[in-house]
Amino acid sequence: MTPLFQALTLQLGYNATLVAIGAMLLGVAAGASGSFMVLRKRALVSDAMAHATLPGVGLAFIVMVALGGDGRNLAGLLAGSAISAGIGLLIVDWMTARTRLGEDAAIGAVLSVFFGFGIVLLTVIQTMSGGRQAGLESFLLGSTAGMLLADALTIAVGGALSVAAVWILRRPMTLVAFDEGYARSLGVNVRLTDLMMMGLVLAVTVIGLKIVGLILIVALLIVPAVTARFWTERSASLIWISGAIGGLSGFAGSAMSAAYADVPTGPVIVLFAAALFVLSLLFAPLRGVVGALIRHRRFQARVHRRQGLLALARSEPIHDPVTLRLLRSEGLIRADGVATEAGQDAAARAVRDEWRWEVARTRHKDTALTGRYDGLTPIESVFTPDEIAGFDRLIAEGQT
Amino acid sequence: MTPAELKLAADGGRAVAPEAKPGPVAAMSLRGMTVSYGEKPAIFSVDADFEQGAMTAIIGPNGAGKSTLLKAALDIVPRVSGEVRVHGQPLERARGRMAYVPQRASVDWDFPTRVIDVVMMGLYRELGLLGRIRGHHRDAAQDALDRVGMADFAHRQIGQLSGGQQQRVFLARALAQAADLYLLDEPFAGVDAATEAAIIDVLKTLKTEGKSVVAVHHDLTTVQSYFDRVLLLNVRRIAEGPVRTAFTSDTLAATYGGRLAAAQIEQLELGGAV
Repeated sequence: MTPLFQALTLQLGYNATLVAIGAMLLGVAAGASGSFMVLRKRALVSDAMAHATLPGVGLAFIVMVALGGDGRNLAGLLAGSAISAGIGLLIVDWMTARTRLGEDAAIGAVLSVFFGFGIVLLTVIQTMSGGRQAGLESFLLGSTAGMLLADALTIAVGGALSVAAVWILRRPMTLVAFDEGYARSLGVNVRLTDLMMMGLVLAVTVIGLKIVGLILIVALLIVPAVTARFWTERSASLIWISGAIGGLSGFAGSAMSAAYADVPTGPVIVLFAAALFVLSLLFAPLRGVVGALIRHRRFQARVHRRQGLLALARSEPIHDPVTLRLLRSEGLIRADGVATEAGQDAAARAVRDEWRWEVARTRHKDTALTGRYDGLTPIESVFTPDEIAGFDRLIAEGQT
Repeated sequence: MTPAELKLAADGGRAVAPEAKPGPVAAMSLRGMTVSYGEKPAIFSVDADFEQGAMTAIIGPNGAGKSTLLKAALDIVPRVSGEVRVHGQPLERARGRMAYVPQRASVDWDFPTRVIDVVMMGLYRELGLLGRIRGHHRDAAQDALDRVGMADFAHRQIGQLSGGQQQRVFLARALAQAADLYLLDEPFAGVDAATEAAIIDVLKTLKTEGKSVVAVHHDLTTVQSYFDRVLLLNVRRIAEGPVRTAFTSDTLAATYGGRLAAAQIEQLELGGAV
């Protein structure tokens, strides 16, 4: 058995299993909560928050060492990162609301300043602890080596709470994302809803630091949501499809990284999510590129077929090579362009339909129905057989 | 602005506002409404009383603050000063009795949601955070769609709708709220004739049920046939009252200034001196 298969089937041992399950729950939480950021078109705020965690990690380490404790205590580091990310978020929010700066500028400023400060702190820590590696760099890209049961439990509980919060807040968050003004008219507190949404993402970011790392967590928040968008037209399903995609990425990615030593977890998880994104972009039936291309080709064929038949009926010459090829392949014309018997029948039907539409448009009262004439819609799909028989009678009367 | 400054500004607004007239309780009454974007007031100390069971048009030139007045009445935009009472109650107590139809352009129509889901949003206030969607909720939403002639479109993605259909969906969402007061922001802007007729039908039905309708309106030629009352607005309130007495060539000239040619006013065949 290959190591990868072993990892995916949770046979690589206790620790790898722990990590895979933790990463899966993190992925579900990130996918679900991130989908609201994407729907609200504020996904990049989460990137500013993620980068703003770094100084908190550094300061928490320094404080814990100064107090004589273990600087690497995960709960302490996460608490510190949450505080500094929260400050970063409030600064972005404040700059956007109170200054003339746009949110993009605020994000850029907070992201770079906090990250820069964090890197300085990490450098200080390396000299401070007498060359001893604090291992804080692992928060940049994520690492699951030496993960403890307590760490995995922290992630699992945090992830589960985040998912529950998404479920509870889904209605106000959907309202605010779709139609802010209407949400306010219903008495929804938009600012509070936004802050709760951000707070949720902040929580996911913080618990994801250990596995995915602060640089790439934004991908796990955004990529599952935009991937899910290819598969659904409903925000209610988008949230959970996104969560499923995030969970799958977290599980498979961490299993892969466990199977091959020295492959960092975060990047592998993100690459796996990106692969799902590309697959969806291409092959999703509803909104995928390939599906759209096929639908377009089919539509084009219907247009050419109809135009060709009408031209045949009027005995007009057909020059368009696409039309000619199509009519030939369907056996409606011979190689020399003359209509076959089937072609003549089809052409006669096409002309009859045009006549019927003509009569329907002048005689039928319901403009919503007659307005559906577009040259392609079969009249049988709009009017009842009785109505069509009525049109035929009118046509016959008009001809006599 | 600190809360203290806000209160000062509010008091200032109250001082300029004339006292409320006695009379029957209006569906909505506004006193001293001032909204400012930056330092330039979009509306200044506007008073208005929207009569119960009537259809009122808010008209005025572009930038007159028509939409802003509606949004301020619903607390969608913050006001510098002013007071809103709905059926005699403060706004927060009366929210459940008001339904808002925003401008179509205010949302992203590629948002992943279906027609019926949008209409269901009208029930979110009633449902709360955790309330389960039950059969009668779905019936109410479907019924609202039926009333605007969109019953067959319930499961369409909203991006596939025409402008007129989008507007009807927004109206259906408001109908699902089963409110007493309907506030519509340019419901006829950019819609086809069939939709306009369907919407005005629904609004007139609401009126016969005793509900009140307030609509920001652009088309001066239909004011007389659609509405009972009119509020002419241009940053300040210019005139207010029944269409017959308040919608005159004088008030229009005062509202639109030189922007409305005398010839256009004449075409409306109004009473009063030009």
